[in-house]
Amino acid sequence: MFEIMDKRTIGPGIILMKVKAPLVAGKAMPGQFIMLRVSEEGERIPLTIADYDREEGSISIIFQEVGYTTRDLGMLGVGDSIRDFAGPLGKASKLDNHGRVLCVGGGVGIAPLFPQIKYLNSRGTDVDVIIGARNSDCLILVDEIKACSSNVYVATDDGSSGHEGFVTDVVKRLIDEGNRYDLVIAVGPLIMMKIVSSITKEYNIPTTVSLNPIMVDGTGMCGGCRVTVGGKVFYACVDGPDFDGHLVDFDEAIRRQQMYKEEEKVEHSCRLLPNE
Amino acid sequence: MSLVLTRVPVGEQEPEVRKHNFNEVSLGYTLEEAIQEAKRCIQCKRPRCVDGCPVNIRIPEFIDHIANGNIDRAAEIIKETNNLPAICGRVCPQEEQCEVKCILGIKGEPVAIGRLERFAADYALEKAKKGPVPMGNGIKVAIVGSGPAGLTAAADLAKYGYEAHIFEAFHEPGGVLIYGIPEFRLPESLVRKEIEGIKDLGVQIYTNIIIGKTITIDELLEQGYEAVFIGSGAGLPRFMNIPGENLNGVYSANEYLTRINLMKAYDFPNNHTPIKVGHRVAVVGGGNVAMDAARSALRLGADEVRIVYRRSEEEMPARSEEIHHAKEEGIVFDTLANPIEIMGDNGWVTGLKCIRMELGEPDSSGRRRPMKIQGSEFIQDVDIVIMAIGTSPNPLIVSTTDDLAAHGWGGIIVDEETGSTSKDGVYAGGDAVTGAATVILAMGAGKKAAKAIHERLKAREDLLLPL
Repeated sequence: MFEIMDKRTIGPGIILMKVKAPLVAGKAMPGQFIMLRVSEEGERIPLTIADYDREEGSISIIFQEVGYTTRDLGMLGVGDSIRDFAGPLGKASKLDNHGRVLCVGGGVGIAPLFPQIKYLNSRGTDVDVIIGARNSDCLILVDEIKACSSNVYVATDDGSSGHEGFVTDVVKRLIDEGNRYDLVIAVGPLIMMKIVSSITKEYNIPTTVSLNPIMVDGTGMCGGCRVTVGGKVFYACVDGPDFDGHLVDFDEAIRRQQMYKEEEKVEHSCRLLPNE
Repeated sequence: MSLVLTRVPVGEQEPEVRKHNFNEVSLGYTLEEAIQEAKRCIQCKRPRCVDGCPVNIRIPEFIDHIANGNIDRAAEIIKETNNLPAICGRVCPQEEQCEVKCILGIKGEPVAIGRLERFAADYALEKAKKGPVPMGNGIKVAIVGSGPAGLTAAADLAKYGYEAHIFEAFHEPGGVLIYGIPEFRLPESLVRKEIEGIKDLGVQIYTNIIIGKTITIDELLEQGYEAVFIGSGAGLPRFMNIPGENLNGVYSANEYLTRINLMKAYDFPNNHTPIKVGHRVAVVGGGNVAMDAARSALRLGADEVRIVYRRSEEEMPARSEEIHHAKEEGIVFDTLANPIEIMGDNGWVTGLKCIRMELGEPDSSGRRRPMKIQGSEFIQDVDIVIMAIGTSPNPLIVSTTDDLAAHGWGGIIVDEETGSTSKDGVYAGGDAVTGAATVILAMGAGKKAAKAIHERLKAREDLLLPL
């Protein structure tokens, strides 16, 4: 059992939980994920690590209450325990030796982006960040990100904060304004990552995206998370979750996210990550 | 005494009934039936059946005790060499191991050794009492994976006196016994009881720990484990690499069975893991896993389930009993057919395009090689396709361990007699070494490695082993 040390609501239906998991925290690196199961009847779901503290032995996760599991998880409080919590899984993001990096986060995709920004900043990398959400209430980790990046740009669908429109508009604007980036990292809804990748491809800027497909075990056993990248099939759990955004077959990935759509019909007022 | 050439039949759920439930198909012998069957054994002076058993159970001896009504003693004898008898009694391919060597098999049916093993084991499990945990010698050995190889190695090591610690990646111990083999062949409650029995020997099981990720083998050795046994299985599913394999509705058998067995998707939404039932299901492959997937699909409620296999039924690697059961339940067998494309519409599976095959000369496996018949393509309307064409060892451990040698296909390279790997103090066995094989072979490998680990540590003067 894995004790919940802290719990905060950081947006509408968006919850941050700090979980005591010393073995996972001892190994976690930016870009990796964990698998958790709330109860005996629960589904195993992957969640990307939003932060880790080796000394405290804690892993932070951020999730939106959009399905069975995330709602069950959201009902737990400080002092309660999560039944199963395993990781860190997947490959760590390759963050060393980059000059200037642009990080683009959408919705709760901002959460897994945060440890990457923090890591890049700690290595002295110049990081610009674009974060976006449906509205200003749904924007998460704004202050935390501001504290460890050079410039932060905000976009909201309704214009309640920053640019009215999509993060992808800002990506294009920054590049057109003459900003030079050696790497773009995009984490968010598949459609956002697809558009960011298509923009950066035009400008020939290497782009990494983080995929979070449906999976059962997270260790290469089920093959449910297979994605096509550059015409070859990979398992996101062990070969990823980071892939070259210019090579990912996003349309296939979007379609595969729909596999259990009928089973997952749960409405939510602030769905930032559709179909998750 | 005259020979009885036919076996005492065993009760089974009727096909029409069982295809709608996940309960066990075989009901097992009653006491009277078991005694009657046991009396068929002629107690050979040099029993060939024992040689056929990968863990050399003293078969005539335990059968003799059943014949005399002394079931407890029969179970004890089996347990001396087999730590998981209720499991082996169900899933071992006895027809090609012990029973195939039975002298009665020459003129009639061999003694039903598997059914008798199951009977004695179940009888003992019913009455199992928790004894005191034996005092260990304080020397720690790590076991990676809690499937048949790991459980056996751990149990034997505990019996030798070691502190055996099993690390399991999933939330539930049992490996393929829990995630792979369905309830109707091997009830989960029984696997749990067998595992409890192993814990009673003093074995500790830590779940949710992925060796290679959470902790590495090298770290285990640094942290005071004097030896490590890797029994991590062959969990990586293979696909055919044909067009359409990433359509929605295509599963690996591993994923399909894990959703059903480990995650209980058959009980959705009470259990929260979903599964697509579909109407017409095609399972590609001819092994036990293919039979398990097909029969599970039927039980979930699919209208029609077919096995698609590129050779003929004769070459199918599945146990004949499983093929027989599958047919009884109404699974369609489409043999000498090989899929070449999965057809789809709007991203979902709509059909399976196959080509007819014919058998040519024997290939390296000794089976006649299937060859395409040009122009014989045909399409089956299906909405679910399950790929059950094999699995390979997971590269996770090999890729994160210094100096651990493996074959190109992933199998860890070991000394066959001891299970020792290229890395000092590290042993391996089961599917992680052989690729997908049987429960009993994995158990045999676990046993050998436990013995070899014991020999090694016994010889270490610095450990002051109290012997």
